[in-house]
Amino acid sequence: MNELLALALAFPLVLGALVVVLTTSTRAALFGFFAFGLFLALAWVALEAVDVALTEAAIGGGATGLLLLRLNARLHRKVSLGEPAGPRLRILAGLLAALVALALGGLLLALPEPAPSLAAAVVEPLPALGIGNPVTAVLIAYRALDTLLEIAVLLIAVVGIRVLGADRGWGGRPVPWPTAGPSPALVFLARLLVPAGLVFAIYLFWVGADAPGGKFQASTLVAALWLLAIMAGLAPAPRTGGGWTGIALAIGPLAFIAAGAVGLAATGSFLAWPEPVAKPMIVAVELALAASVVVALVVLVAGPPEPEAGR
Amino acid sequence: MSATILGLTGALLVGIGLFGLIVHPTALRKLLAFNLVGAGVFLFFGVVARRAAAAGLPGDPVPQAIVITGIVVAFAATALAATLLARLSEPGEQP
Repeated sequence: MNELLALALAFPLVLGALVVVLTTSTRAALFGFFAFGLFLALAWVALEAVDVALTEAAIGGGATGLLLLRLNARLHRKVSLGEPAGPRLRILAGLLAALVALALGGLLLALPEPAPSLAAAVVEPLPALGIGNPVTAVLIAYRALDTLLEIAVLLIAVVGIRVLGADRGWGGRPVPWPTAGPSPALVFLARLLVPAGLVFAIYLFWVGADAPGGKFQASTLVAALWLLAIMAGLAPAPRTGGGWTGIALAIGPLAFIAAGAVGLAATGSFLAWPEPVAKPMIVAVELALAASVVVALVVLVAGPPEPEAGR
Repeated sequence: MSATILGLTGALLVGIGLFGLIVHPTALRKLLAFNLVGAGVFLFFGVVARRAAAAGLPGDPVPQAIVITGIVVAFAATALAATLLARLSEPGEQP
C-alpha cells in the first residue's frame, strides 16, 4: 500500500462521515453511511485485513445501513432526546471533538517502535489445529471464549428485540418490508443473486480455514441473501416462537459449550481442542455457529414480530 | 506511513462522530454518529494491528480477530437500539 492509495481512501471516509453528521436530511445521512461503510471496507483491504473487510462490508456497512434505513421508514415520528443544539453547544462540542481526535492522533504517532506483536505466537501452533488462516485460528481457538461470548451477545440482543415486540404479535412474523409490492427489478435481482451468493458463502465458509473468509463472513452473506429474498417477497422472515428458529438460535452456543466441555475432559482446559480431532470438531462447531449467526442476524434486522392490521 | 494516514483518519472519524453524537437531538442521527465513532475506533485498532506485522503476516491477527468480534457486537447493540427506537416512536410512548 502506498501513501496515494491511503489518501485516496482517507478522503472519501472523512467526507462520508462529514455528510453523515452535517447533512440536515436523515435519508441523505443514511445513504452517506452506506457509502462510508463500503469505503471503510476498502480501507480494511488496504490494511491487508481482508477478513475484517468482508465483515465490515457485510455487517458494518450493509446490514447496519439496511437496519437503519428500514427503521427510518418505520418511525411514526421523529424521536427527539433533547432540544436542537445552540451555537454555544456546537462550539463546545466541536472543541471537544477536535481535542479527542488530536489526542488519538498524537497517541498513534507516539506508539512504540517496533510495535509489540503476537503474530509469531499465533503462527507457531497453526499446524496442530489444521488451520492456515491465523485470524480464523484466533477466533475459534486462541480466543474461543470471546467468540462464545459474542454469540451470547447476539442471543441477548435477539431476546431484547423479542421482548420489545407487542404481546399480540407473539408467534407471528416481523412486519414485511415492501408495504407495496416489490419492484420486478428487485425480484429479478434476488432470483439471480441468491443461488450464486449461496455457492459463494459455502466457498467462504470452507476456504476460511486457509484464506480470508470463515464462518462469520459466510453467515453474514447468507443472512444478507435471506434478507434480500425477504425484501423481494420470495422468502418469509423467521417466525417468533416457531420451533426451528429457536433450535437454530440455540444450536451454535450449545455445540460450542459441548465442545468446550470435551476439551475440558480431554486436555484439562475449557475450549481447548484435543489435537487428533481438532479439525473435524472445529468444522462441526463452526457449522452449528453459522446456523445460529444467520438466524440471529436476520432476526436482528427484521425486528420483533408485530400484528399487522389486515394481514 | 500509509497506515499512519488511515490511523489518523480513524482518529478524525472518532472526532466527527462524537460531534454528531452531541449536536444532533434526534435519536436516529445519534445512532448513526455512534456507529461512526465505533468505525473510527476499529480503524485505529486495525492500524495498530498493521504496524505489528511480523512472522510473515501482514498484520497482527489478534487485534484483527477482536475487531471482527467488535463489529458484530456493535451491530447487535445497534439493532437493539433501533428496535427500542421504533417502539418509542409508536403513538402514546414518551421518550
